[in-house]
Amino acid sequence: MHEYSIVGALIERVRAEAAERGASSVSRVWVSIGELAGVDPELLVTAYETFREHTICEKAELSVNHVSARWQCPSCARGIADDAPLCCPDCSTPARLMSGDEILLERIEMEVSHV
Amino acid sequence: MCDTCGCGDTELVPVEVHDRILADNDHRALHNREHFDRSGVFAINLMGSPGSGKTALLEATARAFGDRYQLAAVSGDLATDNDATRLRAAGIPSGTITTGSACHLDARMIHNALHDLPMKDVDFFFIENVGNLVCPAIYDLGQHLNVVALSVTEGDDKPLKYPVMFRRADLVVLTKTDLLPVLPEVSVLGISEALAKVMPRPRLLPLSSRSGEGLEAWLSELTRQRPKSVAAADLQGANPG
Repeated sequence: MHEYSIVGALIERVRAEAAERGASSVSRVWVSIGELAGVDPELLVTAYETFREHTICEKAELSVNHVSARWQCPSCARGIADDAPLCCPDCSTPARLMSGDEILLERIEMEVSHV
Repeated sequence: MCDTCGCGDTELVPVEVHDRILADNDHRALHNREHFDRSGVFAINLMGSPGSGKTALLEATARAFGDRYQLAAVSGDLATDNDATRLRAAGIPSGTITTGSACHLDARMIHNALHDLPMKDVDFFFIENVGNLVCPAIYDLGQHLNVVALSVTEGDDKPLKYPVMFRRADLVVLTKTDLLPVLPEVSVLGISEALAKVMPRPRLLPLSSRSGEGLEAWLSELTRQRPKSVAAADLQGANPG
């Protein structure tokens, strides 16, 4: 259940970003989670719902963007099929993960007062 | 709120971040790695299921290395000091990180543990992670090498079931191979084929910590990898400041 520690880090980062801009509250948080990131998006949401009380994220909705795993040959750019060995069927070069290991805080929507 | 100019009004502002949520951990891991490099210590993050033979592998490593290299270790467990006690009995100065409910070690825990473990003259520092095939994979600790211990009794489909862990591995040590004769359903070839689907550069070292078979290849791998960190330490020494 490392999703709880990830949510802890997420809320802390949002708090720091909001404080830097003098935001009074945060209304929405966007994250991207890759298929091979080792993070269960549903557990992440559950952890977020549990932990956001009494934090800057109390009223902030969490949007999770799911990113599929995509492997590709780094020399000839050929894609690797699901359930196939992770090397290029043409040139045997070890495949590279192009996307799918993201654990990213993408964007925060916050309420900021005019001065 | 001001009726004249609108000061005090609030507006919704989007702030683009696009950064890793674990950036703070990554930063601490980098700090640990610099510390290891400065000390000429080669750090290995040893991961695997509970009971995969991580502690036995380190005991066998200490026996086989003898006086040739100085080892040190820290073990992460939810409770008890058992692993560190075993490692100390095997001659490896060891500490314990008791994680309570946490299922993994993170870079901060390693940093704190390093305060209690003198690194002077240490050649290899093993971080025996919490027994778990999921959570430890996503936290950088500052190690130079990620090793996953997989025992033959776990079956040959484990890499396919836990792709995140095996993708992170630089090396997979297949432990308890002395049990293969009584496990006709498990084959080293089957495990290799599964690994090839989750690791772009699959590397499998079959060994038995009990019989010592295959251990020499593991020791060679460690000594072959280590000069990288020693070279980093030499570089630091040659260019002080």
